[in-house]
Amino acid sequence: MIKLIDLHKSYPMGKDFLHVLKGINLEINEGEFVSIMGSSGSGKSTLLNILGLLDTHDKGEYFLNDLKIEKLDEKKAAMLRNKFLGFVFQSFNLISYKTAVENVSLPLYYKGVNRKDRQKLAMDYLDKVGLVDWANHLPSELSGGQKQRVAIARALVTQPKLILADEPTGALDSVTGEQVMEILRGIHADGMTILVITHEEDIAEQTERIVRLKDGLITSDEKVKKVVLNS
Amino acid sequence: MFDIDRWREIFQSIGKNKLRTFLGAFTVALGIFIFTVLFGMGNGLKNQFEEFFMDDATNAIFIYAGRTSKPYGGFKENRRIIFKNEDLALIEKEYGDKIEYISPRIYKNVNVRYKNEAGSYNATAVMPDHQFLEKTIITKGRYINNDDIKNKRRYAVIGRLVEEDIYRNEEAVGTFVNLNGMAYMVIGVFEDAGGDNEERRIYLPVSTTQLIYKNTDEIDQINLTYQLEIGIPGARKLVSDITRTLKEKHSVARDDQSGIRVRSVFENVEANMQFANVLQLIVLFIGIGTLFAGAIGIGNIMVFVVKERTKELGIRKALGATPKSIVWLILQESIFITSLAGYIGLLIAVLVLSRIGNSLQDYFIKEPQVNMSTVITATIILVVVGAIAGFIPAKRAASIKPIVALGED
Repeated sequence: MIKLIDLHKSYPMGKDFLHVLKGINLEINEGEFVSIMGSSGSGKSTLLNILGLLDTHDKGEYFLNDLKIEKLDEKKAAMLRNKFLGFVFQSFNLISYKTAVENVSLPLYYKGVNRKDRQKLAMDYLDKVGLVDWANHLPSELSGGQKQRVAIARALVTQPKLILADEPTGALDSVTGEQVMEILRGIHADGMTILVITHEEDIAEQTERIVRLKDGLITSDEKVKKVVLNS
Repeated sequence: MFDIDRWREIFQSIGKNKLRTFLGAFTVALGIFIFTVLFGMGNGLKNQFEEFFMDDATNAIFIYAGRTSKPYGGFKENRRIIFKNEDLALIEKEYGDKIEYISPRIYKNVNVRYKNEAGSYNATAVMPDHQFLEKTIITKGRYINNDDIKNKRRYAVIGRLVEEDIYRNEEAVGTFVNLNGMAYMVIGVFEDAGGDNEERRIYLPVSTTQLIYKNTDEIDQINLTYQLEIGIPGARKLVSDITRTLKEKHSVARDDQSGIRVRSVFENVEANMQFANVLQLIVLFIGIGTLFAGAIGIGNIMVFVVKERTKELGIRKALGATPKSIVWLILQESIFITSLAGYIGLLIAVLVLSRIGNSLQDYFIKEPQVNMSTVITATIILVVVGAIAGFIPAKRAASIKPIVALGED
């Protein structure tokens, strides 16, 4: 699914360069539930941005679904994001003036799905996260946990190959965060590949594999016990 | 091209951001409104100018005799020059091929009496060509003809207002009117676009007048129009030729400006139309300036809109929006708002102009209006302005990196 070979990334900082990723080698297979752990400044967000085609790498190789990612123009990147990736952000990133169902159907609009099918698919996925009754509410009328569930439905609606979740519980209290993680586990149980970025140990422990990152390098990569659904 | 989903997106965006949409639309509507009203006023000014100078034929030339200001050819200065029929004949003989119409003029004050009504009016003794020189419009009966001149008939053609004042509701044509104690038959009534004063005039055959008043062959003035084919340069030459011929005949110094004077309308018309055109140009300049101010206004608002929506656009990109779709989203909204608002401004302006009508005629503005081609041009300008105003911010929006946009709060 994902293969990184000696991946480097640095950002210009005045006259110097800040070397953020110093040679990452990582392979993630289809159906895995992986967390990338690290404190702030470890390079985990940069890694996520590169994996999510929101940013480009300087050196090394990146294969997404056996496709080598290089010299990507904006249009191609947009197409690949739409086709292969679903994002879940810490701050939800819902469009404030669109209702829950409109937010969920937006990626389908960019995929070129017609309006009727968009509506139906969006409702199906809202049903999956238990928010059908809230379909016509604006984000401002939803709780934090509900917003993140809408965001998850939006990430899933295009049936991507990979879900990239950037601190999905970061803005939520522990109980709500737990609910969100449960939804992610449920999706994983259905066969979805999920990559979670977090700095919280107990969130990482709920995944099947923990990759620890420190100062732009992978320090450990361990399998955890197979996750069993609580319910 | 017509993408119903994008329109939905745009209407949603407009609906959720009423204030900024209103502000942007208002700026454009005001710009177009001012542009159109100014342009219409400019047209009104030109209309009035045209009316001022179109009373007389534009190719008219007037020849006056005065007193000499210089001694010349054995004569003292301050000698009075008097034109006679032979002067008219000389001009006709020498320059007849360049002349369209020609007529002498003798001015007389006449006391007009019919039944119990009486009044003092100006009479002008003329030849038949004069009808075309003065653009006299005969409404009843006929104008003076060559037969009247030859037979020195006591006929009169009276103005509309003379008929109104002296005849009240009676039919004037065919009656006999008393002019300075002599009976003349009224053969026609005329109207003139030159205003009330022109319609208080009475035309008489020149030969009759010469016979009745002192039996001379003197004339006061010669009016003529040149053949339009000779153009303005030809007209200038004709004026100087006629002046030279007459000065030689009457022994007037070549540089004497007051002995014989020739005035031509075309010089006036040219100068005044140029003046009106310059005014129109200034008005147009101000109008376009206003339009650009409006465009910059909407450009500003679109920059702000893009800034405000940076995060939203970032989200859209993360979800798979291409740069092109972002550009069109912003551009189409901008063009839509600009066109609609501009059109409203245009409509209001046209309405205002038609309401003004002729109420500003005291300020030299007559029938201010814009024609269809101006309206179409303004509409095209609007769409272009909307596109330009939206394009730069849209391009910027499309180039925002999604990570940067998502990082904003």
